[in-house]
Amino acid sequence: MARKITYQQAVNEALDQEMARDPSVIVMGEDVVGGQGSPGEMDAWGGVLGVTKGLYAKHGDRIMDTPITESGYIGAAVGAATCGMRPVAELMFIDFMGVCLDQIFNQAGKFKYMFGGKAETPVVIRAMYGAGFRAAAQHSQCLYSVFTHFPGIKVVLPSTPYDVKGLLIQSIRDNDPVMFLEHKMLYTLEGEVPEEPYTIPFGEANLVREGGDVTIVGFGRMVHLAAEVADKLAKEGISCDVIDPRTTSPLDEETILESIENTGRLVVVDESNPRCSMASDIAELAATKAFSSLKAAIQTVTAPHVPTPFAASLEDAYIPSVDQIEAAVRKVLK
Amino acid sequence: MSDSIRGITMPKWGLSMKEGKLLEWSVNEGDEISKGDEIADVETEKIASAVEAPASGKLRKIVTENDTVYPVGALLGVIADDSVSDDEVNAYVEKFLAEFVPPEDDDEEEVSASEFIDINGLNIRYVSKGEGDDTILLIHGFGGDLDNWLFNHDDLVARTGKKVIALDLPGHGQSSKSVGDGSQDFLADTVIAFMKAVGVDKAHLVGHSMGGAVALNIASKQADMVNSLSLICSAGLGKEINLEYLDGFISSDSRKQIKPFLQQLFADVDLVTRQLINNMLQYKRLDGVTAALQQIKDGFIEGASQKKQFNDVLGSVSKASVIWGAKDQIIPASHKDNISGGNVEVLSVADAGHMVQMEAAKEVNEAIANTVA
Amino acid sequence: MSELSKNQLLDAYRMMRTIRDFEVRVHDEFAKGGIPGFVHLYAGEEASATGICMHLNDEDRIASTHRGHGHCIAKGVDVMGMMAEIYGKETGTCKGKGGSMHIADLDRGMLGANGIVGGGPPLICGVGLAHKMRGTDGVGIAFFGDGASNQGTTLEAMNLATVWNLPCIFVVENNGYAETTSSEWSVSCDSYADRAAGFGMPGTTCDGHDFFAVYETAGEAIKRARSGGGPSFIEVKLNRYYGHFEGDSQTYRGDNEVEKIKAEKDCLMLFRKRVTEANLLDASEMDAIDKEVAELIDESVKKAEAAAEPSVDTLLTDVYVSY
Repeated sequence: MARKITYQQAVNEALDQEMARDPSVIVMGEDVVGGQGSPGEMDAWGGVLGVTKGLYAKHGDRIMDTPITESGYIGAAVGAATCGMRPVAELMFIDFMGVCLDQIFNQAGKFKYMFGGKAETPVVIRAMYGAGFRAAAQHSQCLYSVFTHFPGIKVVLPSTPYDVKGLLIQSIRDNDPVMFLEHKMLYTLEGEVPEEPYTIPFGEANLVREGGDVTIVGFGRMVHLAAEVADKLAKEGISCDVIDPRTTSPLDEETILESIENTGRLVVVDESNPRCSMASDIAELAATKAFSSLKAAIQTVTAPHVPTPFAASLEDAYIPSVDQIEAAVRKVLK
Repeated sequence: MSDSIRGITMPKWGLSMKEGKLLEWSVNEGDEISKGDEIADVETEKIASAVEAPASGKLRKIVTENDTVYPVGALLGVIADDSVSDDEVNAYVEKFLAEFVPPEDDDEEEVSASEFIDINGLNIRYVSKGEGDDTILLIHGFGGDLDNWLFNHDDLVARTGKKVIALDLPGHGQSSKSVGDGSQDFLADTVIAFMKAVGVDKAHLVGHSMGGAVALNIASKQADMVNSLSLICSAGLGKEINLEYLDGFISSDSRKQIKPFLQQLFADVDLVTRQLINNMLQYKRLDGVTAALQQIKDGFIEGASQKKQFNDVLGSVSKASVIWGAKDQIIPASHKDNISGGNVEVLSVADAGHMVQMEAAKEVNEAIANTVA
Repeated sequence: MSELSKNQLLDAYRMMRTIRDFEVRVHDEFAKGGIPGFVHLYAGEEASATGICMHLNDEDRIASTHRGHGHCIAKGVDVMGMMAEIYGKETGTCKGKGGSMHIADLDRGMLGANGIVGGGPPLICGVGLAHKMRGTDGVGIAFFGDGASNQGTTLEAMNLATVWNLPCIFVVENNGYAETTSSEWSVSCDSYADRAAGFGMPGTTCDGHDFFAVYETAGEAIKRARSGGGPSFIEVKLNRYYGHFEGDSQTYRGDNEVEKIKAEKDCLMLFRKRVTEANLLDASEMDAIDKEVAELIDESVKKAEAAAEPSVDTLLTDVYVSY
């Protein structure tokens, strides 16, 4: 498995291979082709950051630009999914969920249950999330905890190019609605990715580092910061389990609890705002199901309860840092 | 600087190894060690194993910290006899560290080392090392790939001076996942076609597990293409096989499910690291792999037994060795007793399981080298 | 009208009568306390669902509203299952998990009543898109009320349907009230047809009390959609006989407003008059249907009442296909 590609290329390759494999897979979103109806060239953008570039040349009208009409096309993707298509709709920034959320949580997420089990809605909604792009308050949020809250929706947060490809192919083949959330700061991250199609099952955490002293659960981009801290502390003889749940719904509770039972110490790293977050969710999990194993108070490292700021100095202070994670690990060891 | 100073460096196991984590030393500074002794535990992306002493002498200095990652070629320790002063040892270390350049993170190396060839419409991956007219062909077992020869491939080149080729069988590793009718003959015919395609008319076949049965089948079909046979925990020499393992391996789709099965492959279960499990899952999750494995299993198994035995073929080969890990839980080591006649060396390795070529690489490599000599 | 066979006319009558009796009976049973939750009844609007759905087959899909019983019946959803669903019984169309506002049967092309005003139109773009991508001649119909006509989702869906040239029909059933609020007040345009023109699609208004008017108007739009001509908009002007939901005192309505409509414009009455005057059907034939429908509805209520509530074991099932 020598070949390395970026996180962004892994998204493109997964879409490309699934579109080639299954004619019911279609891709839609704002400027996912680019230049529709304009005097210049088609495939002008391939998405705002070029993630879907080149798919139009291979798959033609099965990748389609939409007007800026999130309710319209997210709803259309959901409706087409109930008819047996496998649409992948790109909601450019997850922050735009505010203008189409009903179609996701009240429609797609509930059809199966409301209709007595008889509907399947195999739609994938891809979106970028996360801070660090100097994109300010309406283009930087995480919001995955919001979707994790909804029954009927699955939520995927890949942290590596390998996971992107396997989890996106799984998302497309999965028969439930999936929110596939990509951290925009990871798009250039390179990693080894098999050229062949493969899937990674949902609900299986990745054990990124293995150690016995502290459990660090990280989400999305935070996995890398947690691993960096684990590597640094390993040199001091402090060994950490670093767990990347990969999907927040379903959540691999078993792996997290097993690790906590072993270490007795938990740090959760979540780039979201802290209230009703994955950090608080994992802390609740530990407190209710592994309380007797805990040797220290659980520590959470999150963004503060403020919108994402614009200025570099403020945004850098907003995003959980390696230093904060290290301090939290040291604190649970005291 | 004395010639009797020898550096111990981070070994390179297999193509993709760039660095290894030194877990701990099993000897102390001042201990006398002999060439080949296992002196330190190292974990890589693929597997955990032991560093062997490159020379005999006193371990004068350890320059590493435990649980720390070092690049391939990095200095781990120094062996020298007492005639060498501490200052000379220290000077050696300083010079080494000053001059050492870690290997570049060069992905091209593996890409170029790994070759692909079209065999009857299948893309077959192989790695060829060493030069020479004489060829050794390494055939891995069920669910394996050419990385199973991590500790054998380079060493066999060094020991024998022959060309050593390892391939990924259809359905395995990076080869095509299509396995024809999944029969034993399909696999053997594919390997025969592969040998012809890469210009090998005749080879010393080394087969592990199912790969042993493939080698035996080739010998039965095309005796003229086989110089010798080295069979490691081989299928095809008896009826019994651990069906639970086969079915469990095929159906497992998660870390937790597959771990106990992978542990059955080794005498030392600690060798089944997180990374080894992940690598196995990465392979198993490729499209088509589960179906391919099931098809191959169906081709090899009838009821609860191996379909074909090739004991008579073994007797007719000019030279052969049968190597078994005594603690093999997949194919009973007692199958080595089913051999009669012929020129067959039998080796049983006490503290090793089914993956004996990894767990006791040195003994296995020696035995293979003797067989192909 | 002449294009409808005698059997089709009988079917249309039976469909409208079934909806009417169903809704009247739900109204009565709800008042007696036998039905949980809240229900929104379609009585008075039968000609709309019937006139449109008579053109459809199981491959065509409709999205409905909170006032969805009529659309369900017109689209062929089983009346026994519907009644049981409204009673919250395990024999219900949705196993008692959806209730009145979420009755759906995808096998019949019924993509669900919908509790969210304006929830349906974007979904119908997806239905149209699926048909278009597969190259079939199926269509999607979004039913919505005058209230939903002002929702962004509806307007976005209409724009998207034109941009993508989808086989979709947007049907506003304008019964004059969004809950208590008059559409005269809440809808900014004088005519929905004008609004349709703004989205680049033909818009037509028809009399929703007249089955034949609805049938003909819908027929043209559906034919156009099936042949690749793109979306259309239909305003069906009609009236609801009951309140927004059962228990609505309807103090916002005019004096004798409903009684007057019932006396002058009832769709069943108008249908009977027209077909008997034109000698297309005998009154006795329709009387026979009335009797059969009454028995059917009676049976549906008896069965629903007798059916068991869903087992608590089913609380946690049907959330995901796999999890």
